[in-house]
Amino acid sequence: MAVSALRLPPGGLQRLGRRLGTVALTLLGLLALTFFIGRVMPLDPVLAVVGPDADQSTYDQVFKRMGLDQPMYVQFSYYLNDLLHGDLGNALLTGLPVVGDIKRVFPATMELATMAIILGTCIGIPLGVFAATRRGKMGDHVVRVISLFGYSTPVFWFGMMGLLVFYAWLGWAGGAGRVDLAYDGLITPVTGFLLIDSAMLGEWEVFASAFKHLFLPACILGLHSTAYISRMTRAFMLAQLSQEYILTARVKGLSERTVIWRHAFRNILVQLLTIVALTYGNLLEGAVLIETVFAWPGFGQYLTSSLLLGDMNAVMGCVLLIGLIFVFLNLLADALYQVFDPRTR
Amino acid sequence: MTPELSPAIAASVPQQNGQPQSRGAALRQNLQRSLRRLTHNPMTVAGLIVVAMLLLVALFAPWIATHDPLAQDLNNTLKAPDAAHWFGTDEYGRDVFSRLVHGSRITLYVISLVTVIVGPVGLAVGTISGYFGGKVDTVFMRITDIFISFPSLVLALAFVAALGPGLDHAVMAIALTAWPPIARLARAETLQLRKADFVVAVQLQGASSTRIIVRHIVPMCLSSVVIRLTMNMAGIILTAAGLGFLGLGALPPMPEWGAMISTGRRYMLECWWLVAMPGVAIMLVSLAFNLLGDGLRDVLDPRSE
Repeated sequence: MAVSALRLPPGGLQRLGRRLGTVALTLLGLLALTFFIGRVMPLDPVLAVVGPDADQSTYDQVFKRMGLDQPMYVQFSYYLNDLLHGDLGNALLTGLPVVGDIKRVFPATMELATMAIILGTCIGIPLGVFAATRRGKMGDHVVRVISLFGYSTPVFWFGMMGLLVFYAWLGWAGGAGRVDLAYDGLITPVTGFLLIDSAMLGEWEVFASAFKHLFLPACILGLHSTAYISRMTRAFMLAQLSQEYILTARVKGLSERTVIWRHAFRNILVQLLTIVALTYGNLLEGAVLIETVFAWPGFGQYLTSSLLLGDMNAVMGCVLLIGLIFVFLNLLADALYQVFDPRTR
Repeated sequence: MTPELSPAIAASVPQQNGQPQSRGAALRQNLQRSLRRLTHNPMTVAGLIVVAMLLLVALFAPWIATHDPLAQDLNNTLKAPDAAHWFGTDEYGRDVFSRLVHGSRITLYVISLVTVIVGPVGLAVGTISGYFGGKVDTVFMRITDIFISFPSLVLALAFVAALGPGLDHAVMAIALTAWPPIARLARAETLQLRKADFVVAVQLQGASSTRIIVRHIVPMCLSSVVIRLTMNMAGIILTAAGLGFLGLGALPPMPEWGAMISTGRRYMLECWWLVAMPGVAIMLVSLAFNLLGDGLRDVLDPRSE
């Protein structure tokens, strides 16, 4: 990273420009890919609109109106045009515009994913630092095993086991949904984050119930990120701890805590920030599964239920959005490096 | 570089300063070192044992299974584990243990098919991209970028949605999402190799680009690609199970582990074994591949030391 920074011209602007060009190209490719997937689908999109009993003339009319008689590239340009106007078509299930549907369900997923990333970061980073300082010893191995389990456990299965143990057997967790049925719909969404909304209104009972419902799925969703973050933290820390300035600090007689947290850890902060940003994107993948398990009324459940119905407008809208978030997070990770790490300037 | 140092001869020449001079020597050297060091790490050995067991169970499934995995026994539905049914029975009275045993074949089928598709495709794209550079490289890498910008499960979901559910469609969808990391890896390796002395030597001998890539560059990339593929297997298992869980992978009555969890979910509160057993199977196998991949990387990849 440092080497490539040396080779590049000092003007960060050109780099940013080139980077944005790449992003624009990737986005266009993303759109082409979702468009193409929508095309190869064996389901007939016209039939889905007119129903199986429609006569030939109605069928032809709709066929024309949907632009299906046009060449592929013209259809693609229509698709792009619609997208630029914020139109992803209507969802079959709700009959409403997909964009509106996504706006409605997205905060629930954001709340879950944010809680998960907070847990993953707060547990993963100390674990990673701990493992790095105990390299090759018992503590290191224990952390390694934990993170390997985090990588290897199917998240949906872990969710179900969590429900079984903490909800059905122990009764600690809140069970399915975002909040107990009695409180459902009591809070008018402002931010869409139930915890924040209920706290703002001072509805502490709802807040407690929402927290009880949120904590278990967030823990389980966060397991994978905990594993990843702890592993990366360990690797970054080891790279720092083998450097000479650490030796210098130790020779100076600084306490081990100062050496690790004030010297080594501060130097990996930027790397960690980028890792956390990228992990946040990966949480969306787990959310698709975990929301199905916990009947969490979010984006993932919307995606899977539309998928099972063959509702391609909704599915492609969701897939596109996840792609966009991914590209954006990648860009953000890059930007974080640029801003916070003087070596990349 | 003298003409007589062609790769065939170089393979028989003793190695100088420990650097492999050709793919033959490199492979032999790697293999010896690998075997010696692979068995040193107990975690890797554990992974190896589980993978070997998976292979054996899949191979001898009809003999290991105590019951027919599809035979229904409506008098014995949802029975807890006992001596007759080691892991209990499901809602149709089918033996869960036997279904798990036969399910290992599906798991292996998915892993091997995806790997067989993804390995060559990734290698081809990566080596061609890295060897020729320039416009070819730009185009290939942009395409790779697009595929990488989706989480693999979501992209697989989209493909299965387009193709329709089913095991083979799931395999295709997973393969479509799994090749870009391999391509990137192969490209990175190729970039380091394309100006290496032995490549320049065969270029001077007049070898075609195809020959150089296939006979000289691909074999040198193989070890890191194999590591990556092994580590990917864990992910493939999890994605396949996830698709099965969502009802988009293997269709009933196939004893696919993810699909078994999905159907068992309805009876989960009373019959924990329906969900717990297949989940443990997925976790064990995925863990084993992770351990094996880790071990292979420690052994084969000098940079990780």
